[in-house]
Amino acid sequence: MAKYLLLKHYRGAPSAVNDVPMDKWTPEEITAHVTYMRDFADRLEKTGEFVDGQALAPEGAWVRYDGEGRPPVTDGPFAETKDLIAGWMVIDVDSYERAVELAGELSAAPGAGGEPIHEWLELRPFLTEPPTITD
Amino acid sequence: MNEELLRSLTPSVLGILVRRGADFAAAEDAVQDALVKAVRVWRDDPPRDPKGWLVTAAWRQFLDAARADTARRRREDLVEEEPAPGPAADVDDTLRLYFLCAHPSLTPSSAVALTLRAVGGLTTRQIAEAYLVPEATMAQRISRAKRTVSGVRFDRPGDVATVLRVLYLVFNEGYSGDVDLAAEAIRLTRQLAASIDHPEVSGLLALMMIHHARRAARTAPDGSLVPLAEQDRGRWDTRSIAEGIEILRGALARDRLGEFQAQAAIAALHADAQTAAETDWVQIVEWYDELTRLTDSPVVRLNRAVAVGEADGPRAGLVALASVDDSLPRHTAVAAYLHECDGDLATAARLYAEAARKAPNLAERDHLTRQAARLNARSDT
Repeated sequence: MAKYLLLKHYRGAPSAVNDVPMDKWTPEEITAHVTYMRDFADRLEKTGEFVDGQALAPEGAWVRYDGEGRPPVTDGPFAETKDLIAGWMVIDVDSYERAVELAGELSAAPGAGGEPIHEWLELRPFLTEPPTITD
Repeated sequence: MNEELLRSLTPSVLGILVRRGADFAAAEDAVQDALVKAVRVWRDDPPRDPKGWLVTAAWRQFLDAARADTARRRREDLVEEEPAPGPAADVDDTLRLYFLCAHPSLTPSSAVALTLRAVGGLTTRQIAEAYLVPEATMAQRISRAKRTVSGVRFDRPGDVATVLRVLYLVFNEGYSGDVDLAAEAIRLTRQLAASIDHPEVSGLLALMMIHHARRAARTAPDGSLVPLAEQDRGRWDTRSIAEGIEILRGALARDRLGEFQAQAAIAALHADAQTAAETDWVQIVEWYDELTRLTDSPVVRLNRAVAVGEADGPRAGLVALASVDDSLPRHTAVAAYLHECDGDLATAARLYAEAARKAPNLAERDHLTRQAARLNARSDT
C-alpha cells in the first residue's frame, strides 16, 4: 500500500531502445500506443491499483516572484529544454517490486513498427503519513 | 434511525448469511439491501429485535437473488439444507468474518479494504477517501477481494496472527478523510477481543490504546512531529493509557507472551514515566531483548539500539547499532541521534541531513532537516 509516481519524459531521460519520434509513426501505430496506455490504466483500475494519470502538453513556462508589488516574471516557453515531462500516472501498490513490474509494463507500450518503445520511466515513491507506532 | 446501531449489526448479520452458505459477495449485496429497507421501515415501525429483523430481511433478499441466479439449483439445494432464520450466536459469526477478510490468499491492501467494508461497515467511499484513491479503484479492489474469497468455506478458525496484522495495518494508516482509521482499528480490535480468547489480541488492543492516547501530543499545531521525549505529557489521554495497561496486565498474566504484548509493554513503560528523564530504559531494553527473541526483526534491533543508548550511554548504543543492517529506514537517523548524545556534533549533523534525504514521510523529513540545521547553526557560531 504505497503510492508511486510514474513519470514519462519527452527528453532528459536516457534514450529509449525504439527511439523514433511519435510524428514519424503511422497513425495506426499511434492508435495502438494510445490504446495500450488506456488499457493499462483500465486494467490497473480493475486490480485496485490505479490512482490517477494525466498527459501534459510539451509547452510550459517558468514563473518566478519578482518582488513586492510587481507581477511574477515569466520566462519561456523553452522548446530546447532538456527535461520535459510528457505525462504521469500514480499507482497504489503492495510493494516496490510490483511498482517496478508495472513501470516495466508501461515502458513496453508499442511505438514505431508496432515494437515496444523500451522507454525509460522515472519511478518515484510518494512521501507518506508517518505511522502511528514509531517510538 | 440509528446509524451506529445498523453499522454495529452489519458484520454479524453478514456473518450469519456467510455461515449459512451464502457466497460472500451475494451475502453483502443482500445485507446492503436489508439495510436500505431498515432505513425506510424502522422509523415508523421499529422492530423489537433489530438483528433478527435484518437477518430475516437479508436472507429473504439473498434467496430472491439466488433464485434469479443461473446457479439457482445449487443454491436452492443449499437453502433446503439450512435451518430457518432465527437468533444465532452472533459472536462466532463476526469472528468468522474477520478470518474470511484476512484470508491468506488476499494481498494486505485487499484484506484491509475488505475488513473495513465487511467487518467495519464503512462505505466504499469512506475507505477510498481514507486511502486517497478513487472510489472506482477502491470498489474494484473490494470486489476483487470478494471474488478471491468467494467459495471459501469457513468451518475451522483461521490464523489469528493474520487478522491481527490486518488490524495493525489499519491502525498504522493513521487517519485522513472523514474516517479515523486508528479509532476504527481500536473499535474492531476491541470487538475481536470480546469474541476471542487470545492474549495477543489483548496485546494489540493495549498497544493501540496506549499509542492512540498520545496522539494529541505527537504533532505540533503546524503539523510537525514532536518526538516522544519532548511531548507534553499533560496532553496524553491518561484514561486510555490506564485501560490499555490494565488490558496488557491481564494478557501478560496468562503467560503466553507474543510480539504485540511485548511491544505494548514497551509502550506502557514510556507511558508510565512522569517525565522523559524518568523513563525506565533498563526495563525497556529487557523487553526489546524479549522482542528480539520473539521476532528477530531488524527493526526491533534498531529500536533496541536506541534503548541501549539511553540505558547504558551512547557508546553502548552505537555498539548495538553496529550489528544492525544499515540499509534499514531510520538507521541513519538513529546513528545521528547517538552521535549527538556522544558529543560528536559534526558527524551527527551530517548523518541527520543524510537521514532526512532517506526519510519515508514528510513529517520525518522536516524533523530531521531541522535537527541537522540546529546542529549546523550551533557549530557555525
